[in-house]
Amino acid sequence: MTVFDKFLRIRELGIFSIIVVFVIVAAIIDPRFMTIDSWRAVFLAIPLILVMAMGQMMVIICRHVDISIGSILAFSAIVIGLLFIQFPGLSLWLSLLITAFVGLVMGLINGFIVTRFNVHSIIVTLGTLSLYRGLVFIVSGGRQIDRNDIPEHVVSFSQTSFLFSIPAILIFSALIVIVTHLVMRHSVLGREIYATGSNPVAAHLKGINVTKVTLFCFGVCGMLAGVAGLFYASRFGYVNPGVTGVGIEFIVIAGVIIGGTSITGGSGSVLGTFLGILLLGIINVALPVLNIPGEFQKAIYGLIIVVALALDQLIIYRMKKLSGGLNA
Amino acid sequence: MLKNISIYLSENPTLRYWIVRPEWVAVILLIISIISSIQLSPFFADLAFIMDSATPYVEYGLIAIILTLIIISGEIDLSIASMIALTAVIFGTAYNAGIGMPMSIVIALLSGTLCGLFNGILVTQLQIPSIILTIGTLTLYRGIAQSLASDFSLGGYPSWFIGIDYRYVGIVPIPVIIFTIFAIVVGFFLSSTIYGKQLYLIGTNPQTAKYSGIKVNRIKLSLFTLSGLVCGIAGVLTTSRLAVARFNMATGAELEIVLMVMLGGTYIFGGRGNIFGTFIAFWIVVILRAGLNVARIKIESQLTILGAMLIIAIILTNYIYSKSQK
Repeated sequence: MTVFDKFLRIRELGIFSIIVVFVIVAAIIDPRFMTIDSWRAVFLAIPLILVMAMGQMMVIICRHVDISIGSILAFSAIVIGLLFIQFPGLSLWLSLLITAFVGLVMGLINGFIVTRFNVHSIIVTLGTLSLYRGLVFIVSGGRQIDRNDIPEHVVSFSQTSFLFSIPAILIFSALIVIVTHLVMRHSVLGREIYATGSNPVAAHLKGINVTKVTLFCFGVCGMLAGVAGLFYASRFGYVNPGVTGVGIEFIVIAGVIIGGTSITGGSGSVLGTFLGILLLGIINVALPVLNIPGEFQKAIYGLIIVVALALDQLIIYRMKKLSGGLNA
Repeated sequence: MLKNISIYLSENPTLRYWIVRPEWVAVILLIISIISSIQLSPFFADLAFIMDSATPYVEYGLIAIILTLIIISGEIDLSIASMIALTAVIFGTAYNAGIGMPMSIVIALLSGTLCGLFNGILVTQLQIPSIILTIGTLTLYRGIAQSLASDFSLGGYPSWFIGIDYRYVGIVPIPVIIFTIFAIVVGFFLSSTIYGKQLYLIGTNPQTAKYSGIKVNRIKLSLFTLSGLVCGIAGVLTTSRLAVARFNMATGAELEIVLMVMLGGTYIFGGRGNIFGTFIAFWIVVILRAGLNVARIKIESQLTILGAMLIIAIILTNYIYSKSQK
């Protein structure tokens, strides 16, 4: 286990050095990249994805993938938007609770189908991806929630706060990241998630309730996607049933995988995921600075996912060879 | 009475083999959907109407047939919809660059084949699980299509190329004929050739297949490549039907294609399934979509029903297989 830990640390060092090199290259090509404005843009771009990535990371460590999070985000954003139209005075804390609950229920539905019927999670969530997106259209009637429907105190949530006017959305997502780190590293439940991901059968024999752990991961993943729905409404000031959250799941998965979380489960860390998302955020802001058209962004993200998957597989292959367990 | 039947079936394995099969669920669903659609609107009793409703789904149907083979061999390809868009965009770009129609079609098919080959190499050589790899290439191929075409619609094709869905033999549109012939050929390949049997063995137990001398990796590689090629064909067909190529065409098509395979009773973990089921499931999706359109349910809201059907189809198929194995 100590070798494994060391290895993980090296992995995070790898992504960290990629970030440093990228930033230096971008700064040399165009010094405008090192201004406060672009870094403000980076840190405003990531909270939404970072919060979702925490949930997705837990699910991937647990050997599953949830690709329905974009639709969960859209659904909770639509629900809270419609509530804002009815009750403009809805407090921020109450709306956080509501979005979290909506997301939790949808995540638990995913988790229930996966654990009860023992089907691969990507196929299940491919189904619920469309199912939830359809619900978004049914609930909203296809109408968009406009800027003036979203009350002032919700919009200001992503612009300022009591602390040096750092956007509250950033402080809040930092809190979520720290709590996730504590849970994953220092709680029994967190260690059970890692154990389930590394070997579900052994975890079951060890007395871990694998079903419960899996349900927990899917529930948290849905809940954080729901919270991200409120972030979205606050940050962008509109919710469109056909646009909100479409394709965001692939950005989140890209960030988690390049952060060193193994797709075969059982390994991955909050720090790595944070660095992975940070790299994506920097790329997002650096593209216009480096005069690369925005259309290339998706291709670059796709390339990053494929390269990260290939690297991950090569590392696993090397590790198996080192430990002498390679016979297949 | 149900109990009696199940006891009777368990005493007759051959009979059980023929009766407890997921394809029959597809056939029953098809009959139910036809009857309820005719109740909904008299148009459904008209064969020409159903044939016309089928043409937009032929591109998906072609891919669903190849995807059936891939899933039987224990893998999956989710990058199909992005490959349709990418090949269509490459086709449009090539034609607008002025290299002529035959060359453009060749380039589109070739690029599809290369995309599939890329998937196949990564799956077989690096042993990356195909379900997660093709999620990555799904983003990659769609991204390349977007980089190539930006937000433009690539059009300007000659009139003989546009509108393949308006060419008929009798009342049957040409795409439906292509689909049917393709289904028969692949169905024959799967059920009656030694390669077909090898696919089932690979899906049931890849290790055993390998040790019995089957070239597992080579067969999987050729399946992924074939999937790319068929996506290329589908991309050209779609461009012909819509008269333009855009980077966002066939968005979300993987849902419908996987739904066709799953409704047809192919086992998601590999080793079981057949083309007949997928062929029937194609018509279920066609009639379902047409029925929902006639009932004036919005395209976006239809997603709810399709998504729910996918999940129910998987659960049902798993249930039937677990029964038939007892």
